[in-house]
Amino acid sequence: MATKASRAAARLMISPAVLLLLGWMIVPLSMTLYFSFLRYNLLMPGMEEFTGWTNYRFFLTDPAFTAALWNTLLLVGGVLLITTVGGTLLALLMDQPFWGQGIVRILVIAPFFVMPTVSALVWKNMFMNPVNGLFAHVAKFFGLQPYDFLAQAPLGSIIFIVSWQWLPFATLILLTALQSLDQEQLEAAEMDGAGALSRFFYIMLPHLARAITVVILIQTIFLLSVFAEILVTTNGGPGVASTNLTYLIYMQSLLQFDVGGGSAGGVVAIILANIVAIFLMRMIGKNLEA
Amino acid sequence: MARNVTNRRKAVVTVLAWLVGLAIFFPILWIFILSFKSEGDAIKTPFEVLGSAWTFESYATVQERSNYFRHFWNSVVISVGSTLIGLLIAIPAAWAMAFVPGKRTKDVLMWMLSTKMLPPVGVLVPIYLLFRNLGLLDTRLGLVIVLTLINLPIIVWMLYTYFKEIPGEILEAARMDGASLKNELIHVLTPMAVPGIASTLLLNIILAWNEAFWTLNLTAAKAAPLTAFIASYSSPEGLFYAKLSAASTMAIAPILIMGWFSQKQLVRGLTFGAVK
Repeated sequence: MATKASRAAARLMISPAVLLLLGWMIVPLSMTLYFSFLRYNLLMPGMEEFTGWTNYRFFLTDPAFTAALWNTLLLVGGVLLITTVGGTLLALLMDQPFWGQGIVRILVIAPFFVMPTVSALVWKNMFMNPVNGLFAHVAKFFGLQPYDFLAQAPLGSIIFIVSWQWLPFATLILLTALQSLDQEQLEAAEMDGAGALSRFFYIMLPHLARAITVVILIQTIFLLSVFAEILVTTNGGPGVASTNLTYLIYMQSLLQFDVGGGSAGGVVAIILANIVAIFLMRMIGKNLEA
Repeated sequence: MARNVTNRRKAVVTVLAWLVGLAIFFPILWIFILSFKSEGDAIKTPFEVLGSAWTFESYATVQERSNYFRHFWNSVVISVGSTLIGLLIAIPAAWAMAFVPGKRTKDVLMWMLSTKMLPPVGVLVPIYLLFRNLGLLDTRLGLVIVLTLINLPIIVWMLYTYFKEIPGEILEAARMDGASLKNELIHVLTPMAVPGIASTLLLNIILAWNEAFWTLNLTAAKAAPLTAFIASYSSPEGLFYAKLSAASTMAIAPILIMGWFSQKQLVRGLTFGAVK
């Protein structure tokens, strides 16, 4: 079908996108890699020198790295758990017929469109603030001591805020997947006497498995890079209690001006993200062939 | 009888679903309410807040004190600008990959996607230094460039999945009738591709509007879009609930409305066609 001329034209049409992305990938990546082997601090210009693996050794043996890695795992894992379980339950609920389906759907999806800085600040000030926050008012109403969420449980509070942002995404995707389920199959199972639970575990869950995997993988990519929510709520503290890997590298590079150390951290972050990416790419690639 | 049971079940589900929906939506509703209260009333208990007088004063103060609309305009320029440039680059690429697929089309698509998996913090240092040396820090142009590049893979992918659904027979028929490539593009493909392009446009404006890594790290005061402007409320300014609410309401309202229109495309766009 395609002639030689049209193939050449096609190549010409694809090349701007490819060249731009290639540049976007290769230039900064090779710079990060190069910097990561230098002693390079913006506060001491002209002192740059090659130091081999020193930056990596310092970054990886820093207690803050271990803490940040652990926080990153807790943050990603916690949000994934809440959003996939919550999203599945919500999708099941919203898949039932009820009055006002369209409006409820709109209400549930809304948090996803709220910019991260707004949602984090609103939760921090209007809800979690120990003096004037809504939760404090409710606690006082019941005669309880208000709880200082972001000081006492900084990471937990951030997990909660980020979960609120991503629950709509999981729900929407799982609902979409659920709606493509063959209704006749469900009815047949019901006629054969399968209860609600066994219908869920033997028919719905296997059908949802693919969508759940997609939700987990895509969210992981975004959750590894949670940044704004930490910046405006806790600044990573107290101490490093709510510092994730992204935030740690940001502090090292732009607050301490340690270009070398920050770059070494960046390379570590890229390697970790790639491990997840490989699985995601495989899933999407399979879909492309089907 | 049977009808009665279903109706009762439907009523129970209705109540439950509305309760959950309202609980999830509540924070947004709450800032909307607080934005119309005076600063003194906004920090009172919920019952007192609801009973207090309504006012527009916070909206006026936010604009006066911080030139809100400059930041709003920055957000518009950055999100719309990066999306339009992205479309300009992506439309030919997606068109070619969908209609003249070669042996390596799939590899190219997958490779483009892989650039999206790169954690932004991994290239923060070089981009920051490059921008500093090129004078692009705290400029709208700089952010347009970065956001175009980070969203380009999503734009190509979304367009590709839409173009893929345009039946190839129509093209062949047009060719049989002697349509040139130019005519084919203008009279046959464009009308069929417009809905897909529109959804892509919408979703990417939303993503760019809410992007909060590069916008926070590459701007100071001048080019700061709303994400960065709101972040300046993090302390102690954020304790002015009414002003923070007014600023937040204006920042999220346009995107919320666009978002509700693009629900369906959201799934396709963000899962790269893996879930439709």
